[in-house]
Amino acid sequence: MTTTTETASQRDERMVEVGLLRRLLGRPELGALGGAILVWIFFAIIAPEGFLSLRGTSSYLEVSAQIGILAVAVALLMIGGEFDLSVGSIIGFSGAVMAMLTTEVGIPLYVSAIIALLISLLVGFFNGYMVVRTKLPSFIITLAGLFIIRGLTIGITRAVTGRTQVGGLGDAPGYNVMRLIFGVDVPIAGVGFPISIFWWFLFAALATWVLLRTPVGNWIFGMGGAEEAARNVGVPVDRLKIGLFMVTAFAAWLVATITVTVVKSADTKRGEQQEFIAIIAVVIGGTLLTGGYGSAIGAVLGALIFGMVRQGIVFAGVDADWFQVFMGAMLIVAVLVNNYVRKRAEEAKR
Amino acid sequence: MKTGKVPLIEVRNVSKFFGSVIALKDVSMAVYAGEVMCLLGDNGAGKSTLIKILSGVHKPDEGEYYVEGERVDFDSPRDALDRGIATVYQDLAMIPLMSISRNFFLGSEPTRGRGIFKRFDVRFADRVAREELKKMGIDIRDPSQPVGTLSGGERQSVAIARAVYFGAKVLILDEPTAALGVKQAGTVLRYIAQARARNLGVVFITHNPHHAYAVGDRFTILKRGRTFGTFTKDELSREEMVRMMSGADELEALSHELEEFARTDAMHAKGKLSEVEQQLAESLERAAKTGDDV
Repeated sequence: MTTTTETASQRDERMVEVGLLRRLLGRPELGALGGAILVWIFFAIIAPEGFLSLRGTSSYLEVSAQIGILAVAVALLMIGGEFDLSVGSIIGFSGAVMAMLTTEVGIPLYVSAIIALLISLLVGFFNGYMVVRTKLPSFIITLAGLFIIRGLTIGITRAVTGRTQVGGLGDAPGYNVMRLIFGVDVPIAGVGFPISIFWWFLFAALATWVLLRTPVGNWIFGMGGAEEAARNVGVPVDRLKIGLFMVTAFAAWLVATITVTVVKSADTKRGEQQEFIAIIAVVIGGTLLTGGYGSAIGAVLGALIFGMVRQGIVFAGVDADWFQVFMGAMLIVAVLVNNYVRKRAEEAKR
Repeated sequence: MKTGKVPLIEVRNVSKFFGSVIALKDVSMAVYAGEVMCLLGDNGAGKSTLIKILSGVHKPDEGEYYVEGERVDFDSPRDALDRGIATVYQDLAMIPLMSISRNFFLGSEPTRGRGIFKRFDVRFADRVAREELKKMGIDIRDPSQPVGTLSGGERQSVAIARAVYFGAKVLILDEPTAALGVKQAGTVLRYIAQARARNLGVVFITHNPHHAYAVGDRFTILKRGRTFGTFTKDELSREEMVRMMSGADELEALSHELEEFARTDAMHAKGKLSEVEQQLAESLERAAKTGDDV
């Protein structure tokens, strides 16, 4: 009797060891974590004064937050097996709607923001609905959305205001409320950290919770991994998909609201290329392009790498033109590393 | 065999037509608790159509379907599932990159807590998945390892264990051994026997008479949409089974034909192709003689 329990506990111990190793190897964000640490060390060495200061940290975190909010939502969608190329355009659209409602109609900015939120969610719903109904790849549907929404934004804004920018929101009614929620700096050790950073962390924490600890999260993984199989066991695939497109639209609105509040203006061009940068951050974070695997934390790390490089290059005094080269190369390396890590994780059997 | 008992599921004289094609004609069969009913037949014999009727995907055009003696008319697989009829399809409905326990509970996740704190109970899921697999005789190291790390046979077993856990009384297994090696097929056969021991009714679809003979209690043989009837193990030898399934005469004819091809080819050219064909012909002939399937 005693001997059996002993062997059982011994075997359990071995099991935990193997499990831990595998769990670490199997985590999607492992590569991104390594990448983030490397990038941080790199800039800490070549540009220590600017990069390591609290002010420097605050500046790259702010850049990261803008892309990170988007990336977290895009990660959820991509794990679910879909793309959203229209998020960048929704940023411009949402901001323009918000600004025009206040400057042209005269309603307080926070009311405009809520209306813009509802319209953005509707756009997200429409994206999802089209994908579910037409069964076309979401890549195509939202690529069309990218152009349609951007075109509408520029067209409507010019028709209404005669320009492509809407400024002067600093004196608009309701601005101070908005600033308090989306635009203040939170002082930490004497340095202001934009509140958007905290929104980013909150959103990422929420997404991680949903992914790993709720049935909906399980459904997202299942849907991205094998849609038909998930449907067969009772996952409400269509509703889930539409919901995820609404989440990315929500994230685009949040980014729009933050920039409109901080910059005090809207620009119809705002958000251009953000959809691709978000996808890059998500992929660097270990999420598979084919869906079914990935993490929101990874997206956070991907966005962090993006922010650190963008600001780090400035601190190092390197021409910022090189930034895009770096991001492109980073994407390829990330995909290769991820594929390798995933293969190792899958083959680690026996 | 189990006279006097009410079968778990039974179809009487069912037929199914797809346009002008007769997929199934006048087929009757019954499955009792604690038995393995093998459904045998070559490709195109109507096995898939029959199990799709049993699992609620298709409605029969003629005939009746009874579950525990009660006439039923399923509109969807969900209806069948609600009556305890679970189907494990060949392609498994498993998601390779998801963990075993997450796969196990996909669509029916256990939760704990209330309101916004309601959450997926990972520990419960891990524990139950591990226990249920243990009951089937599989000892998994770590229920959070991805299903992709399991062998084909083990994946089948997870799918079977899941169906059993969620209250299946009847298990319909669609060619669970088809894509497996000898050893792994053996593993799956053992789980089928285990399911029977737990008093489930099992419908085991296969075109491999060896697998069928190893675990089956009764055999229903389909050919070209019709049934030869249901036989118990005593009534049917393995050789007869093969003959009924595929028609050994046809196999013989085919091997002769191939031999003829090989001979003429060898006369014209001494390419490698004819060698391959000859080998194929020989193996077919051997199969026809010994009753092996190819």
